[in-house]
Amino acid sequence: MAEFVMPALGADMDAGTLIAWKKQPGDRVTKGEIIAEIDTDKAAIDVEVFTTGVIERLLVQPGEKVPVGTVLALIREEGEARGAGPEARGEEIAAPAVAAPPGRLKISPAARKLAEALGVDPESVRGTGPDGAVTREDVQRAAAPLAPRPAPLAVGGEAADKQARMRQAIAAAMARSKREIPHYYLGTTIELSRMTGWLAEENRRRAVTDRLLPAVLLLKAVALALREVPELNAVWKEDRAVRSEAIHVGVAISLRQGGLVAPALHDTDRRSLDELMRALRDLVQRARAGSLRSSELSDPTITVTNLGEMGVETVFGVIYPPQVALVGFGKVVERPWVAEGTLVARPVVTVTLSADHRVTDGHRGGVFLAAIDRLLQEPDRL
Amino acid sequence: MSDAPTAKEITDTVLRLLGQIAPEADLSSLKPDLGFRDQLDIDSMDFLNFVIALHEALHVEIPEADYPRLASLNGCVEYLRSRGRGQAGAAQPRSLG
Repeated sequence: MAEFVMPALGADMDAGTLIAWKKQPGDRVTKGEIIAEIDTDKAAIDVEVFTTGVIERLLVQPGEKVPVGTVLALIREEGEARGAGPEARGEEIAAPAVAAPPGRLKISPAARKLAEALGVDPESVRGTGPDGAVTREDVQRAAAPLAPRPAPLAVGGEAADKQARMRQAIAAAMARSKREIPHYYLGTTIELSRMTGWLAEENRRRAVTDRLLPAVLLLKAVALALREVPELNAVWKEDRAVRSEAIHVGVAISLRQGGLVAPALHDTDRRSLDELMRALRDLVQRARAGSLRSSELSDPTITVTNLGEMGVETVFGVIYPPQVALVGFGKVVERPWVAEGTLVARPVVTVTLSADHRVTDGHRGGVFLAAIDRLLQEPDRL
Repeated sequence: MSDAPTAKEITDTVLRLLGQIAPEADLSSLKPDLGFRDQLDIDSMDFLNFVIALHEALHVEIPEADYPRLASLNGCVEYLRSRGRGQAGAAQPRSLG
């Protein structure tokens, strides 16, 4: 029997509220299908299932707020007999502690996931479960002194509460980032006349509905550069960097009510500019409408933030854990530029890299920024 | 008799579309002669969606090079009236649903 659990949708989430079930017991579900809607401190999220099977039982009711890792439903997988597991017989479901050799930590997957989300080192937690196994409650107790105390919520109704909770969630993630990740920062200025010229010509030929934004080219260049420096496309997990084969660029999107989210543009490196433009429009619209999918919040392997429209020229970003890098783009501005010995005015942008020094060093970061520059000089090949 | 939309029709359409893009904005305080990107905190994606919505509502082709002319409410009215006169039959705004 597969367990459908409250997902950890980022380092800043330790609990979620079930808003609604989209499926009922007996319904067949397919991997990737949305079966529940949950409310995090940031947004309402459509949660996808990662198993194909039939809903056996729903264990949490709409309106309940539960910690990350809590089993929300049981799903009978294909080929599995109905009512086979102890859960189906109504027996209490105990969080399974992973069998471990003597001397090694015993901890359930749910507790380990919660520890990761809360920034708690499981090895430092005293386990109170069977045979000293670390439980979710142990992790929560251990996390309590680390978590920033919630600021008093401002008076101003539900929207203000929501905004305050989002601020607290961002505060927790960013404080964890600065506490745990040894950042280093690199920046370079990229001459963009080829890109802006190509884009203007391209958009001149296109109908208004098919036009591209510069952001799409920048995102694609970042994704292709990650193929050349794959160690930046990773997450920090259990004291080591785990590289991701897939490149899912998280796009920082500011929300109108305040705060931001950074959902994934899946397979950014493998999609055409047109596909990326359509996907980005959809992502921004859904982010602001509060209808993102769980995988979009849990899958980013790096984040890109673009503050150029706010007039910012240089971004010094804070890495979103467990990612190990963040790329920032500033405003495209006309600047004096020396080309073949002649001083000319050219559009330029400053791109910065914030990276985790446990994973990469400045040399590799420099290679990455140089790759972005090179790729943007050939926009027709993006 | 011209089929070009009137200034009021264009104003109503522009405000309706801006309201869809920035639903939290107080459009009654919008200053018509100032750029609305800053007044309404509209970014480039919002602006592109606004231009697409104008195109679909008024059936007007809007080259990217003309985007700066749509920066303010007054600019929109002036530009879209001139475009409407050049594109007969493009007058009636329709609901975007």
